[in-house]
Amino acid sequence: MKEVGSKKFSFSKILMYGFLTLASLLSLFPFYWMFVMATRPSAAYNSIPPTLTPGNMLVENFQKVLQQIDFFGAMWNSLILCVVVTIVVLLISSLAGFAFAKFKFPGKNILFIAILLTMIIPPQLGLIPQYFLIAKAGLLDTLQGVMILSFLNPLGIFLMRQYISGSISDELIEAAKLDGASNFKIYWKIVLPIILPAFATLGIIVFTSVWGEFLWQFTVLRDPEMYTIQVALASLNNTFKVDYGMLMSGVFWATIPLVIIFLLFNKLFIASITEGAVKS
Amino acid sequence: MISGYLYVSPFFIIFFCVGFFPILFSLYLAFQQWNGLSPMEFVGLDNFKIVLTDSLFWKSVYNTIVMGLLGTAPQLIVGIILAFLLNQVFLRFKQFYRVTIFMPYITSMVAVALVFSVLFSNQDSSMANYILGLFGLDPINWATSEWGTKIAISLMVFWRWIGYNTIIYLAGLQSIPRDLYEAATIDGASKFQQLRYITMPLLKPFILLTVFFSTVGALQLFSEPTVFLGQSAFTRSEAMTIVMYLYRDAFRLQSFGTASATAVILVIFIAVLAAINLYLTSGIGRKKKRGAGK
Repeated sequence: MKEVGSKKFSFSKILMYGFLTLASLLSLFPFYWMFVMATRPSAAYNSIPPTLTPGNMLVENFQKVLQQIDFFGAMWNSLILCVVVTIVVLLISSLAGFAFAKFKFPGKNILFIAILLTMIIPPQLGLIPQYFLIAKAGLLDTLQGVMILSFLNPLGIFLMRQYISGSISDELIEAAKLDGASNFKIYWKIVLPIILPAFATLGIIVFTSVWGEFLWQFTVLRDPEMYTIQVALASLNNTFKVDYGMLMSGVFWATIPLVIIFLLFNKLFIASITEGAVKS
Repeated sequence: MISGYLYVSPFFIIFFCVGFFPILFSLYLAFQQWNGLSPMEFVGLDNFKIVLTDSLFWKSVYNTIVMGLLGTAPQLIVGIILAFLLNQVFLRFKQFYRVTIFMPYITSMVAVALVFSVLFSNQDSSMANYILGLFGLDPINWATSEWGTKIAISLMVFWRWIGYNTIIYLAGLQSIPRDLYEAATIDGASKFQQLRYITMPLLKPFILLTVFFSTVGALQLFSEPTVFLGQSAFTRSEAMTIVMYLYRDAFRLQSFGTASATAVILVIFIAVLAAINLYLTSGIGRKKKRGAGK
């Protein structure tokens, strides 16, 4: 490595930058191409060689999307779903993580291991009874029906326990207790402010996974009015002859907010992956 | 003490209602014949017999394994190479490369499948067929042929997850102390020896983690083929996966007994593969330690 660095234009250096640049281009190309297709008529798809420059149908194609699906309604449904699930998971995980990290009670370790064990159950095992359960409760075609399963997040409890035992000393908790603070007050006034950075990473993990989840949303939501953006987008491809310009316009506008958020907070996104991985 | 139980209870209450009970009910349903409306009828092991003698089920097992291997195995090698390059001290534009290679991961699987369904369509003018043409190859029916569908779906899995795995390997490489390499260089170890005796053993836990995630994820493949194929997802067999077979039995054919039996079989598959995974990897670890002891 050092030998390589010392020479200015060595072969392996060119190879290295070439490989990385190719990987970057291949990663970016589908994003760019989706944009190109979103600005072109469907007929552009038949040209050889393929069209690689944007056209002028950005607005028109999006209008066609709006005729097919309730795009903004679906985006709103997804947003509500993700925001509620993220807040609930953060609260459940931090409360449980606090208890597992700082409290003593009989059966604590067994309960913690039980939570970790639920991680290895594949979600498909309960799918059918869960569907009938949600149907019985009258929650088909509702966001509540989609949410309830996502509230279960064993990884969140695990990460919060790790973070709280690592960042909050027992002395601090004891001191607060001596001052007469209740457990909930300690959680609210002392623990929460300290673990806010961990909320950011766990929040990103939860938000993105719920945003992109498909199988359960596809199973529970059948009424187009209640579609989340994933189910709505999938429905665009469900006709015999698909208008590619319209299809890519839908995907483009649904993806662009995520891309912007990612580019603004990319360090946080990448940290959320490594933190989850390194800790487990 | 009470608040301890109180604070951990939300998880258990929700799990008991929407997790534990449905799992038990799935096991029960696997032995019943049920169309969702009329009363259930106990049929013993018939559901398992029906599924295990259905050639479409075995086709879906085969498809799942083939696409799982094609989509995830190359990631291991390419991911490690990318992470290794990104970890070079003198590399310029490091942040740019890292962000762009990771970017596909933020797109939803539905979005990826839709973009790829257009890139890889049956038409001769599709991007994929145009590129094949540049190399003088014949166009492929990506949406309807046996290998076309599998390759297109594996490629989209690869494209979306490669950045994720690279980032994990990169975290692994960065956790290795630099003085280990310096000491090895002073002792006269070659670059290859350093890779073999320092990098690979210390990177192993990270590799195991990604192999485990990839195996479990690959067995649960559903969204990509379903969205990629659109209308023909549950009528064609070229890219049907185990979970799609399960979904089709349940929500297209109203055969909830056989679908539950399929779910139970899937779980057994996952458990067996996970166990094999653990066994193989712990075996490698022991051998290495013994080798290092000498």
